[in-house]
Amino acid sequence: MTKKKVKVGIIGTGNLGSDLLMKALKSEYLEVGMFAGQNPESENIARAKKLGVPTSHLSIQAIENNPECCDIVFDATTADAHVIHAPILKKLKKFTIDLTPSRIGKMCIPFLNMDECLKEDNINMITCGGQATIPLIKTLIELEPQTEYAEIVGSISSKSAGIGTRNNIDEYTQTTSEGIKSFTNVPKAKAIIILNPADPPIIMHNMVYTQVKNAKIDTISKAIDKTVIAIKKYVPGYKLTVAPLYDNGVITMISEVVGRGDYLPPYAGNLDIINCAAIAAAEAYAKQK
Amino acid sequence: MQNKNNTSGKKLLVVDSTLRDGSHAIAHQFSKEHIKDYARGAEKAGIELLIVGHGNGLGASSIQLGKSLLSDKEMLMTAKKELKNTKLGAFLIPGFGTITDDLDPAIEAGLETLMVATHCTEANVTKEHLLHAKKKELTTYGVLMMSHMISSKELLAQALLMQAYGVKGVLLMDSAGAYLPEDVTEKVGILVNGLSVEVGFHAHNNLSLAVMNSVAAVEAGATIIDTTSRGMGAGAGNCQLEVFVAVIEKMGFKTGLDLYTLMDNSDKIIAPIMTKPQVIDGIGLTSGLAGVFSGFGRHAVKAGKRFDVDPRDILVELGKREIIAGQEGIIIDVALYLKNKKNVKNKNAEIEALI
Repeated sequence: MTKKKVKVGIIGTGNLGSDLLMKALKSEYLEVGMFAGQNPESENIARAKKLGVPTSHLSIQAIENNPECCDIVFDATTADAHVIHAPILKKLKKFTIDLTPSRIGKMCIPFLNMDECLKEDNINMITCGGQATIPLIKTLIELEPQTEYAEIVGSISSKSAGIGTRNNIDEYTQTTSEGIKSFTNVPKAKAIIILNPADPPIIMHNMVYTQVKNAKIDTISKAIDKTVIAIKKYVPGYKLTVAPLYDNGVITMISEVVGRGDYLPPYAGNLDIINCAAIAAAEAYAKQK
Repeated sequence: MQNKNNTSGKKLLVVDSTLRDGSHAIAHQFSKEHIKDYARGAEKAGIELLIVGHGNGLGASSIQLGKSLLSDKEMLMTAKKELKNTKLGAFLIPGFGTITDDLDPAIEAGLETLMVATHCTEANVTKEHLLHAKKKELTTYGVLMMSHMISSKELLAQALLMQAYGVKGVLLMDSAGAYLPEDVTEKVGILVNGLSVEVGFHAHNNLSLAVMNSVAAVEAGATIIDTTSRGMGAGAGNCQLEVFVAVIEKMGFKTGLDLYTLMDNSDKIIAPIMTKPQVIDGIGLTSGLAGVFSGFGRHAVKAGKRFDVDPRDILVELGKREIIAGQEGIIIDVALYLKNKKNVKNKNAEIEALI
């Protein structure tokens, strides 16, 4: 390797943190300096140890005790925990990538505002549903500024929703709709999240609806195709399964995310998309360092 | 006639969800006038708990599920003005409604009771909303939807989670109208024995068993029965409030409700609002057999027309895929899939396989 890798720490060793670990280990720009959770018996910590990753069950304290272990910290715990972690990480001068729906840091979607986010010390990856749909809505609204309303319905398999997601289901829903509003300035936005217990598990997919009069559907379809290609660059499993349809003043489309299967099987596209976005942000930070 | 007590010795709570679940029958178009008149009628009949809001609960007004004419807050405030002894309640599905946008405004509007519902395997997602409502001093209930899909043992494990979140009771919802009375007896019985809180049942009428199943629930120890006036609701409709009350009183239970007023509410207030009578048509019957959410019927008919597919086949396929309420978007997917699948030789084969 010509360039020195930048060290990252991961707090939170659930579904999200464990998938993030696998992705960080594959990165050309990142090196995992700490994988910290709370439970000394955690299977996920044991697995990381076997992979030769420094681990701890002291959570944020592992980074406080050994600040040299990393320059970037991924927080994959819970929104409540991040409220406590954020000021500590700021004091330690860590570039913090928050994967909880805490809404503390600047909301980041690599395709839309990566450069601005690199100027911050704490960025928030919104939610998986937000990562999957906001770029599409933003593209629509740039072409149709008269859009009055945007709605997304994200469906994820129950198996991919760990206890963190479940305990934060309200923040998840609220943060997704606030993310839509803040990136697109649409007057009204709504997010719905559905956990689907079907077995075999369903692949993460998202319905997007926008309400606008006289939509120019051909121009929209072309622009959406370009956006999908741009997202695919950092989320390889991202695709549009239903291209924009216009009916009764409503544009409908469906996107799907097939995960890379790094930790949970490919159905868990929800873990994949938010983690791919987080890794893209960490790599962007590492490249400019 | 003797005054029968059910097994727990507690009074029977007949919940009136007409202004919530009933709205499915009119695509969530209750007006202020409708709500005012019905709330007044419910108060007069002695209803203890009136649930109000979008058919799928607070915050569910959406393109996906249908937009309601009025906001939840407007509906709640309108109803509240007419209520004195009747408690104002709402229903909320986590992932649809949020605390900031929906629950707190509802509490400001005078909400006193909250039912938090989720798919029967996902009880732990109700924790945040149940705890928040409890902190705000609301009476809370947990609701397990599509409860025909899992065993009584699994249901009990989920209900115990809700009990731990401080609910006054847990209701089993037969969202698909798929239960037979013997299923009710078994599942409600297991919950009554395993929980320290009350148990309730919310029936759907797809197999014309809504009243019978509600009676079976009471006989198995349930103390909360969720109903709607005239059976108004999605698909084949719900347990018909006035009929259930008549039957259960005839059996010797006391409800404290005024039956004639309940009948008047149904005939004079609800009948003129309804666009068509609540009947069990082929679509409703098929969705009961297939075990899919009653609310899917309308969408299946629409998609069937659009893609030239028998809507009953769509419902059967949705049942096979275990699609749950809120995933209405998949219906188009299924219709397209069936359109492309040309190997249907015996038209009745699929439905026969279900019986």
